[in-house]
This record gives sequence, structure tokens and C-alpha cells, in this order.
Amino acid sequence: MKPDLSVRIGKFDLKNPVMVASGTFGYAEEFAPFIDLKKLGAIVTKTITVSPRLGNLPPRTCETPAGMLNSIGLENPGIDKFIREKLPFLKKLGIPVIVSIASIDDPGEFTVLASHLDKIKEVSALELNISCPNLHKDKLISQDAKDTFELVSLVRKLTQKCLITKLSPNVTSISEIALAAERAGSDAVALINTLGGMSIDIDKRTPKIGSWSAGLSGPAIRPVAVKMIWEAHNKIKIPIIGMGGIMDIQSALEFFIAGASAISVGTANFINPRASIEIISGLKAYMADNNMRDLSGLIGSLRAC
Amino acid sequence: MLPEQIKAKIISNKRFKDNYWHLEFESGLIAGRALPGQFVNIKVSDDVEPLLRRPLSIHGTQSSKVRLFYEVLGMGTRILSNRRPGEFLDVIGPLGNGFSLPGKGHRLGGQAAILVAGGMGGAPLLFLAKKMILSKPLILIGARTKSKVLCAQEFKALGSAVKIATDDGSAGFKGRVTELLSQVLREAKNGGDLSIYACGPRPMLKAVSKIACDNNIDSQLSLEEHMACGIGACLGCVVATKSGYKMVCKDGPVFSGKELTW
Repeated sequence: MKPDLSVRIGKFDLKNPVMVASGTFGYAEEFAPFIDLKKLGAIVTKTITVSPRLGNLPPRTCETPAGMLNSIGLENPGIDKFIREKLPFLKKLGIPVIVSIASIDDPGEFTVLASHLDKIKEVSALELNISCPNLHKDKLISQDAKDTFELVSLVRKLTQKCLITKLSPNVTSISEIALAAERAGSDAVALINTLGGMSIDIDKRTPKIGSWSAGLSGPAIRPVAVKMIWEAHNKIKIPIIGMGGIMDIQSALEFFIAGASAISVGTANFINPRASIEIISGLKAYMADNNMRDLSGLIGSLRAC
Repeated sequence: MLPEQIKAKIISNKRFKDNYWHLEFESGLIAGRALPGQFVNIKVSDDVEPLLRRPLSIHGTQSSKVRLFYEVLGMGTRILSNRRPGEFLDVIGPLGNGFSLPGKGHRLGGQAAILVAGGMGGAPLLFLAKKMILSKPLILIGARTKSKVLCAQEFKALGSAVKIATDDGSAGFKGRVTELLSQVLREAKNGGDLSIYACGPRPMLKAVSKIACDNNIDSQLSLEEHMACGIGACLGCVVATKSGYKMVCKDGPVFSGKELTW
């Protein structure tokens, strides 16, 4: 029996539930030498803003125990250049393209971005990045249920496209924020973005990252992500796209069992460009071994011990 | 030429002296495509510690063998030094933009170019020197002290003249290799169509770039930076240039001295 890996996320179907996370896959062409991009369930682009951004002061990355810090600061060419120069390659792949978008100074920037992208049929969904930890803000939109509700409502009015709201783990209650996104009309939530973190060079007594603080990712944050997905899964009805330190099929399965309908491979792309493809084959094998016809028997299948 | 991700068999991995090691692995593909100044990105273990790959510049190639020269500095290189011949390494390469080789007409007292190596900088520059077959470059090597002078014999074996600078004067010129470079240029005085190639610590490269600009000489500098991906996806390894931030892994690691704003 050949298992059916397809899954529906809001308004669109994925042929398999393995995506690549925003900011870890460039605009896909960077990975063309290493994998057959057409095999991916979906691609989430690097976050796009209205105006081009230079990004944060280097050094921008450093390794940490079983993880890494990054503070790129949403370096991107801006929406116009993205549509002109980066989107044509993505359109040709024939797989769902999810464009990650963010505002810098004013949430109103989301309206500009959403109205530009609403007209492009090859864009399957918009991921609302309201959880980037590297913009030197006192508070992120996704750290407040009311702000999250208002932002998602604002974009919801402008586009019929599938909306995925990406949430920060730096909150007291993830399910409260996930519920706010759901009530405002988000089709799905993506969790988790990176955790705020910092690392210090003890010889120089300086931060190891140019912008001082950064976002922590990699296997180190996986248990945090799994718990948040489980919590949100118990409270919301819309699908969850799970991510946070997924390196291989074993770690991906934890996310499905906790309640994720799809997963995103992030930091693992940096280390093993083939990680996402290996997870797709691993998932097929696991489902066949466990007599699963489709993903419904796997998603949220967590039992008491 | 596009990079590939391969499992490469280790042929040899030997301590050269102190913390300096030579590693050779088998890959006809990488050996065939590699250009001086390019690097490979190695997963030193199958574990999540250390998480990231380690970028190492290509020291040389011979038929289907790729040679690396590295210093054991931290966890990644220590694990690499424990890997044994016959084992397989997960390698991505060749990566980055290497050095551009000088044309035929370049001369400085018979030297086509000056190569300035600081510390481990000899690692990519020896590969470059091997490819400079039309005229032998002049080699300037800088180190803190005599025991840290690297690759001098290998450069000499290629037929190049080698000048050494040490901070403590224990070998050659006493002072910085960049002071030695200034002295060499003053004595030559006809540097107009000369090229300088350099690899070493960032302050040395900055000084080389200034000396080159002051003397109206082109310089090509190989930079080092922490990298997460090595393939131009994470935007983590950027350096400031006149045209904005550029990625050391993909736009570099070799940059024109005129381009960098430090």
C-alpha cells in the first residue's frame, strides 16, 4: 500500500507535509544544486518587506550547544525586486509557494505587501511573520493577543489567499495567541519562530552577535517547539505547521504526533541541504511500516504514557 | 561550477606540527572543479554537536585528491583531527568565488604577483601559487614567532622567493608582514601592473588593502567569517562593501580590496 502524504492547509493542498522554513532556504535557487526542489511539499520564502533592507550588523550567526543564533534582520530586496527577480524561478517549480511578509515600522505595511501578492496566482499562501526577534522591538505583534487579532484581521480583509500566522515562542501562553490568530481568520498557524537568545565572547567581553541579541534555532529548541504545538493543538481547530529543530524523520514525527498537520525544516537545511527530501522518504517508510493510509492517523495521535 | 554534497573517503589525516594538520580526501569531482581560493564545508561528525559544518579552504588538489591544511582550534577541528583514513566525510564543495589569476604581462623584478600569508593564510595561497605557472610569485609570510611560520618550505619548493616577517623577530624581518610588504613595494617602485593576493587575519587584510590602494595596485583578499550554510542561503556571513553587504560564502571569500569598506 502506498501511503497518501497529501494534506490540506486552509485553502490549498500539499502533496506532502514537508515544507522548508522561511529564512533558511533563501529563494530556493540556492538549493537547486543539491535537491530536486519539485519534491518539496511547499517552499516558504525569506521574509519580504515593502522596502529593501540591508539587514543587521555582522557578525550575524554563532554556534551554540546543539543550536545556533542568528540575527539577519530581515535582509531582503523589497517586494518589487522580489516579484521581478526572485519569484519567476519559484513560479516555474510548480509547487506551492508561500511568501513570508513582515512590517518594520507600521503594521500598515502588511496591506501593501498583501495587495501586491494577492494578484499573483502562483503565490499559494502568505505567511505573516509577526514574530521576528531581530528587529530591536520592545514587543512583537505576536506577543500580544489583541495586536495579533488586529493584524490578522487587517490582512484578512485584503486577500482571499491562505493566511498562515507565524508565532513567537517568547510568550506566556502560546494557545492564547494561536486562538487570537484563528478568531481573526488565519487559515493556519506556524510555530515556532526562534527563541530570543544571546552568547558572549568571554575574552573580549562582547556579544558574539553584532546586534547583541539574536534568535536561537536548531535541535536545542525542539522540546520547546513540541510542547507549544501540543498546547496549541489542544486549543485551536486550524492546522498547525510545526517547526523548531527538526533535523530528520525521527524529530519530524514528534511534531506530527504532537499535532502538527505539516512541518517545516529550518536550520537543518544549512547543515544538510537534503534534510527535507530525506524526511519525505522517511515519512513514507514510517507510514507504510505502521499501516497508515494517510496522515490523519498520525497527526495529533499522542497518547497518554 | 556548481557545488555538490558528497560522502568523501579520508585518505590521510596527519599532524604536521603542533596543532597543524593535513587532511586528504578522495573526490574526483571536487578536485576537478576546485579553483584556488574556494573552500569546502565539512560536517565533522554525524552528531548535532557541533551543529554546523566547518568551512576549510582548499590547500591543493592532485588527480582525484583534495588536500586541506587546518589548525585545531575548537571542538569542530578537534573532532576532525580524530577522523581516520578510510572513514567518510560529508563534504559540500567546491564553494565560493576564488582568486582571479593574473595575466601574462605582469612583472615585478620577475615576479608576477605578491602573495601575503598571515597565520593560516598559506592554506589557500599555496594552491594559488601552484597555479601561477607563468611566473613565480613573491611570497611574504607573517607570523607571531618562528614556530608559527607556515608553508615556507612548500612555497620554496615551487620555486618562489619567500620572505618572512615575525612579530618578535625570531625569523626574518622583525615586525608585521604588512610593514614588510610596504618595504618590498618601496624597493620595487614599479608596482603599477602588479597584483597582491592575501589571506590572513582581518586586521592584516585591511592593512594590505590600504597599502595596495595607496600604491594603486589591485589586491584580492580572502576573508574568513562564521558561516551557517556556506551556500548563500542564510545571509549570515556578510561583509560590508561599497555596494552593500555581500556574502563571504558565495560572493567571496575572495574580494577586491577596492570593494571592501571594512
